Amino acid sequence: MTTQNNQLAARAGKILVHPLMVRITHWINVIAMLIMIFSGWRIYNASPIFPFKFPVDLTLGGWLGGALQWHFAAMWVLALNGLAYLLYGLFAGHFKANFLPLPPRAVFNEFKNALRGRISHEIGVYNAVQRAAYVGVIGVIVVLVLSGLVIWKPVQFQELGAIMGGFEGARIVHFFAMAAVVLFILVHVVMVALVPRTFLPMLTGHAKTTSDGHGG
Amino acid sequence: MKRSMQKPDRNLVAPSRAIVKLERRLFLKQGLSLGALGLLSGCDVTDADAVQKVLWQMSRWNDGVQAAIFNPNKLAQEYPDSAITRPFPFNAFYSEAEAPRVDPATYKLELSGLIRDKAPWTLDKLYALPQTSQVTRHICVEGWSAIGKWGGVTFKTFLERIGADVTAKYVGFKCADNYYTSIDMPTALHPQTLLTFRFGDELLPAAYGFPMKLRMPTKLGFKNPKHIAAMFVTNDYPGGYWEDQGYNWFSGS
Repeated sequence: MTTQNNQLAARAGKILVHPLMVRITHWINVIAMLIMIFSGWRIYNASPIFPFKFPVDLTLGGWLGGALQWHFAAMWVLALNGLAYLLYGLFAGHFKANFLPLPPRAVFNEFKNALRGRISHEIGVYNAVQRAAYVGVIGVIVVLVLSGLVIWKPVQFQELGAIMGGFEGARIVHFFAMAAVVLFILVHVVMVALVPRTFLPMLTGHAKTTSDGHGG
Repeated sequence: MKRSMQKPDRNLVAPSRAIVKLERRLFLKQGLSLGALGLLSGCDVTDADAVQKVLWQMSRWNDGVQAAIFNPNKLAQEYPDSAITRPFPFNAFYSEAEAPRVDPATYKLELSGLIRDKAPWTLDKLYALPQTSQVTRHICVEGWSAIGKWGGVTFKTFLERIGADVTAKYVGFKCADNYYTSIDMPTALHPQTLLTFRFGDELLPAAYGFPMKLRMPTKLGFKNPKHIAAMFVTNDYPGGYWEDQGYNWFSGS
């Protein structure tokens, strides 16, 4: 079905960049992740691990109890949506088609080029740095969810907690996984701002092929 | 040929549909921040009320999930005495100086609800029950944790002694500092749930809940009532001081 649509669309000078499932899970994830981050910052502020607090205006929930309610509600959206995405990625061939192969040398070289301002971007195809970043952030979100489970249920999930250094260790893992996701989001948004024609396909799914196949 | 001519037309429509979608999303996002704003200012925005309602319903759902996850035989980790946090942090909704002073001579633990023998208990009678102690981690809803040593009677033993209906849903507590809370029966019967009279190697000081604190290493700190004056067994949801303000009721570890 997708292939058929793609062929039709390709004849019209359009290709399918992001399948519907990816677009839906992406935007649900945006909402859920932002709620998790902003409510999480409020929860962090109640007992900071490091000698700083997050600006209260950037937090969600109004007080600790409210932030916890947001956090423990949005966690279901994040986890179920993430699970749907992972199952789709693994079984519909999305990961294999878009994230593989992932040769470390290519990641390194393209990262070096990117730092010099030379970003290779072909719409519909991820370059090596993008592949590494997307696979990496998926892994980090998995760690984020698992460490969150340990903080939520340190007794029931104590076997999982043991590999993170128990309750206190899981808090630190959870914090740095959050920091990694925030860093990813910042870079991700900056990249979209630098290459704006990548934005619309995450809404419509399609992109033109004729105007500019290669970006620079 | 005609079909492929129609295609571009459909695609010309697509961006406007995308804008509609985007607007809808922006509206959703504004709705969320509006809800947050309502929480902050405490104002009576209908949207904020609707959001609040959903959040409370999710919290009740989470109570159910936690009850299902709770393994009555799974034990919290116990630590050696050397791991005890000193000084152990004081924590309440008032300052340490305001902790209630309960007179041990006149104190009596009141019992009510689905309990066969409702006779009040003096401290001497409570101290005569079989005593045990444990060193466990107290985890606060705020995120910090501390290890302490509490000693007393296994709560299950006490519930059996007073003839409590252990098929009932809740055990509720009223405290000398006007605090109140309630717990689920499976947690009440957990082998590490202790009705404690001692902290470390001394009698429970006023700051830590004299004359008694229910200690549950399988629940967050605020679920562990101090200065218990009365307890009851019931099937009607009793709520709690923090729980009624929005903390999750089950709050199990």
